[in-house]
Amino acid sequence: MADSPHLSLERQRELVSFVRQDCGSCHGMRLTGGLGPALTPDALKDKPIAALISTILQGRAGTPMPPWNKFLSESEATWIVDGLQKGFPDAR
Amino acid sequence: MDCKKVFLMRAKRKLMQKSMAIRDIISRLALPLLVTASLVGCATPTLRGTGDLGVVIERATGSVQILDTTHRSSLGKVNGLGDLSHASVSYSRDGRYAFVFGRDGGLSKVDLLTQSITHRVIQAGNSIGGAISQDGKLIAVANYEPGGVRIFSVDDLTPIADIPAVGANGKRSKVVGLVDAPGRRFVFSLYDAGEIWVADMHKPQQPILHKFTDVGKEPYDGMITSDGHFYAAGLFGEDGVALLDLWNLQAGVKRTLVQVGRHGEKLPVYKMPHLEGWATTGDLIVLPGVGQHEIILADQNTWQEVARIPVAGQPVFAIARPDNRQVWINFAFPDNETVQVLDLPSRSIVKTLKPGKAVLHLEFTPRGDQVWVSARDDNRIDIYDPETFEHIGRLPADKPSGIFFTSRANRTGL
Ligand code: HEC
Repeated sequence: MADSPHLSLERQRELVSFVRQDCGSCHGMRLTGGLGPALTPDALKDKPIAALISTILQGRAGTPMPPWNKFLSESEATWIVDGLQKGFPDAR
Repeated sequence: MDCKKVFLMRAKRKLMQKSMAIRDIISRLALPLLVTASLVGCATPTLRGTGDLGVVIERATGSVQILDTTHRSSLGKVNGLGDLSHASVSYSRDGRYAFVFGRDGGLSKVDLLTQSITHRVIQAGNSIGGAISQDGKLIAVANYEPGGVRIFSVDDLTPIADIPAVGANGKRSKVVGLVDAPGRRFVFSLYDAGEIWVADMHKPQQPILHKFTDVGKEPYDGMITSDGHFYAAGLFGEDGVALLDLWNLQAGVKRTLVQVGRHGEKLPVYKMPHLEGWATTGDLIVLPGVGQHEIILADQNTWQEVARIPVAGQPVFAIARPDNRQVWINFAFPDNETVQVLDLPSRSIVKTLKPGKAVLHLEFTPRGDQVWVSARDDNRIDIYDPETFEHIGRLPADKPSGIFFTSRANRTGL
């Protein structure tokens, strides 16, 4: 597994809230799924990291999953995937 | 009940039995005590109606606050409602009970007056919303997992019927856009299968299903016009709206407003628009341009586009002021700090407000003297005068999302 990239603590906090709230509008705030699939460690543990990062940055054409590359850098997407696979931190 | 109120009321009753003469003194004495009791979390003991009450969903804490629009205040908090990351509320026909649909499949019946959960069931793994029946006896929940609709008695939430959403493709589908319709019906859409179903509930245990297949790819939400005449499902995977005339089911589902779609440009959508609150104003219907920074106005009789209004972002909710003259709009990330007001007669944006970070929802009081706006990331509700746009109140709330006033109890579709 890739090392988690280094992001400032403040940015990490922002990302936690961003993922839970804004990704959560489709994936559920607890990331257990909604219109989009569950993003829990169980659901993601066997999926290739690179593919997940690319899904987040590029989106998935033909599905509602939008590209987030305007708002997230590659290292941020990597940090998110790492967190999702390990069990995403809580917002509070 | 551990409420001080009950103790006080009992004490009061006993004393009254002892002496009629001191009744006056007791009630005078008891009043300040009761007020104290309500401050420490007990329900207001005085008799009151619920017509000026409502709830706001607090996403992060799984709670609701009970709101009072007369005093622009919060009466209290009810905890223990589970995952409310996508929650909505229907009301009992007497406006006393809120039925809260949680993301985790939880269905809770909350008494606004005692500020407590009277019944709660986990009825599915993942749900999206629901509606109460025309006669007020049934509460229906739309589920993603397992895909389908489950129907419960409003009294005690006992299960009445289960409608698995197995589409013509043989697979279970997520259900979206569930509304109630005149003629004791529920109408909903199957997201994965691309179908619209009408469930006739005259015999609640044996719903009669009328299925419309091939209505279009990925209906993502549905709405019913305020008179209950038309049901429209917004399509995500294709352009346009799937329209069903509920007065004439034989005519089938028609595709209309093909301008509403993404025109194959596959514009990213950062949050699914909601159709539930979408304004139907009698002659105009107001729709989101999916993925576009646009509002589309269509004629409600012909369902033809009449105008297109550029707005600040991808619209999520567009809620008509009760007099239907103006429509308030909020937006998806990253434009979710903005609210715009569209004036229908002049077809122009007359006001742009920045109420706070991550505005998730807005709700008018029934006669339109106030609009309440939730700003999730600022942890507060802001109240505006819709006529002057003046800021007239603010309440703290924990990651607030939907605001639901009891006037919904009497509205078809909800
Ligand atoms: C508008 C709805 C929506 C939003 C918002 C959204 N997603 Fe998705 N996402 C989806 C859908 C739908 C899929 C499934 C796509 C498919 O069918 O392959 C998906 C798939 C994914 C997957 C792949 C899962 C798998 O099992 O392969 C990941 C990872 C993901 N999303 C992460 C995110 C992150 C991180 C965010 C926020 C930055 C986000 N999503 C925001 C709808 C959304």
